[in-house]
Amino acid sequence: MLRLLGRKLLALIPVLFLVTFATTALPDLVDGSPVAQMLGPGSTPQDLKDLEHEFGYDKSLPVRYVTWVGNALTGDLGESLKTRTSVMDGIAERFPVTLELAVFALLMALIVAVPLGVWTAAKAGGRVDRVIGGVSSGLLSIPTFVSVFILVYFFANPKMMLAFKPTGWEYISVDFAKNIEFAFLPALALALAEIPQFQRLLRSDMLATLQEDFILTARSKGLSTPYVLFRHALRPSSFSLLTVSGLTLGRLIGGTVIVESYFAIPGLGQGMYQAINGKDIPVVQGTVVVIALIYVLLNTLVDIGYSLIDPRVRAR
Amino acid sequence: MSTLETAPAVGETPATAAAAKSGKARKRPSFLLWFAIAWMALVLLGALLSLVASDVFPHGYDKAFGEAKQAPFSSWPEFLGTDGLGRSHLTRLAFGARVSMIVALVSVVVGVLVGGLLGLVAAYFRGVTEMVIDLFSDALLAFPPLILLLALSSVYEPSQTSITAGLAVLTIPGFTRLTKASAIAQSNREYVTVAKAMGAGPGRIIFKELLPNTFPAVMSYSVIVMAVLIVAEGSLSFLGLSIPPPMPSWGGMINSAKDDLSLYPSQVFVPCAVLFLTVFSLNVIGDRLRAKFDVRDTKL
Repeated sequence: MLRLLGRKLLALIPVLFLVTFATTALPDLVDGSPVAQMLGPGSTPQDLKDLEHEFGYDKSLPVRYVTWVGNALTGDLGESLKTRTSVMDGIAERFPVTLELAVFALLMALIVAVPLGVWTAAKAGGRVDRVIGGVSSGLLSIPTFVSVFILVYFFANPKMMLAFKPTGWEYISVDFAKNIEFAFLPALALALAEIPQFQRLLRSDMLATLQEDFILTARSKGLSTPYVLFRHALRPSSFSLLTVSGLTLGRLIGGTVIVESYFAIPGLGQGMYQAINGKDIPVVQGTVVVIALIYVLLNTLVDIGYSLIDPRVRAR
Repeated sequence: MSTLETAPAVGETPATAAAAKSGKARKRPSFLLWFAIAWMALVLLGALLSLVASDVFPHGYDKAFGEAKQAPFSSWPEFLGTDGLGRSHLTRLAFGARVSMIVALVSVVVGVLVGGLLGLVAAYFRGVTEMVIDLFSDALLAFPPLILLLALSSVYEPSQTSITAGLAVLTIPGFTRLTKASAIAQSNREYVTVAKAMGAGPGRIIFKELLPNTFPAVMSYSVIVMAVLIVAEGSLSFLGLSIPPPMPSWGGMINSAKDDLSLYPSQVFVPCAVLFLTVFSLNVIGDRLRAKFDVRDTKL
């Protein structure tokens, strides 16, 4: 077990090196100087030099990399070129919003997908199964930036149904009810893409479980079908669903750019989008590294957790 | 789905196995498949015409010709209406198809060639070679890919070339992994042992024995990847970080019409529908191919 842990953590090193190094190299790819945009009219070449020196862009890439890593290890991700504020503080402020959105979306997807998965597995091959299967393969083909419009058009439109506000945000710590009202549609847009995957996964695992002898035993004892499905079959069938949920959470945290920028939600994705448009490289760099770190750590945790639950995985 | 998820779907294998076990291999009505093929033919035709014979369209993609924001099916031959500047939706969608198709096809071809070759090499030589190749492909697969493209677009002015190149790099590791798994399964077969015994070198075994037998799995996967790539390019152009205007792209058309959603919904939903149908068709075709060349024995 310790060896597995060690191997998994070692495997993180090349990934993290690649991400941090690539993002440190970003300013070298800029046409001109990355800090040129900070200068007002009438500034001299000397001002540019001073600024470059201040942000360390006059040094070579390896030197910058070592400095950046050293600072990052102490929690300092540099300064924003736009606002001159700490990148770390900005991320710390935006991260909880994105996390809430991702968790909300994941829960929503599970609440819808688990009953559907169980139902379609119980009625495999029947009409219900085929209809839900068809709808879910359709849903799989709707990109998030399309489902956003469908949802807003039908549920946040004065001409159709004004159930939700189209854009905006309220922090969960300020007003819970308002927060949910703002977060519902964006979370649903994110969840819509996950529901069909969860439903398919659970359905196929349930189908395998339902072939087992203990299900036959339970049925022959005269237990009702819903009882057998939810109490006997669901738990042994939900391993891969749990794994995938863990991975999905990581993916959602990194995948909120579209939803956040459309709904004007002050999360990591929107921060990244604004930083990209403003060519605010330190913010882009910091956000990418934080997102990649969370994603990679979550994946590793899921891997390790999975081998804790199922010893067969360890043997691989 | 906004992210570019190009790792082979591991969960699908037990699904097909379970479906086969329950004795009811579900068969989708084949008209769906024919519809998908017909739609893709239409999209390819539009892309091709806009590439080689853009004069066949009644109006250009960058010039206004009439009233703005016309609804679809209100006039002929511009039956898809006009956009916010009075430009033809029909022409712009065809040019958007060209962008999507070029990006998707070129990226997939690069992914298949480079990724496939790396996978075959890793599967044949194993050992250190495999470790090095795995290191890179795992590193690339290890974080949300769209984030990488976004980070790059903070320093590069996006163009068709840069988007295609970025997406192509991201498709490589998925193909590497798939080809490797499939080729490893093949290389334990007798015919490979026989070839080796007869004195065939690595080149011959990789290209004449392993390559043809990994092809079906790679082909069905690449159709699915094309769908993913079209969504990825759409996501980028929806964020305004892809092909710069006036060259139309589907995501860009959706983006520029987004403020008209409640008053002129067709402005948004016409390009959305085209994009959806394309992604859906590719998924249907890919699923069919996968069912046909069942890749169960690759043990993904």
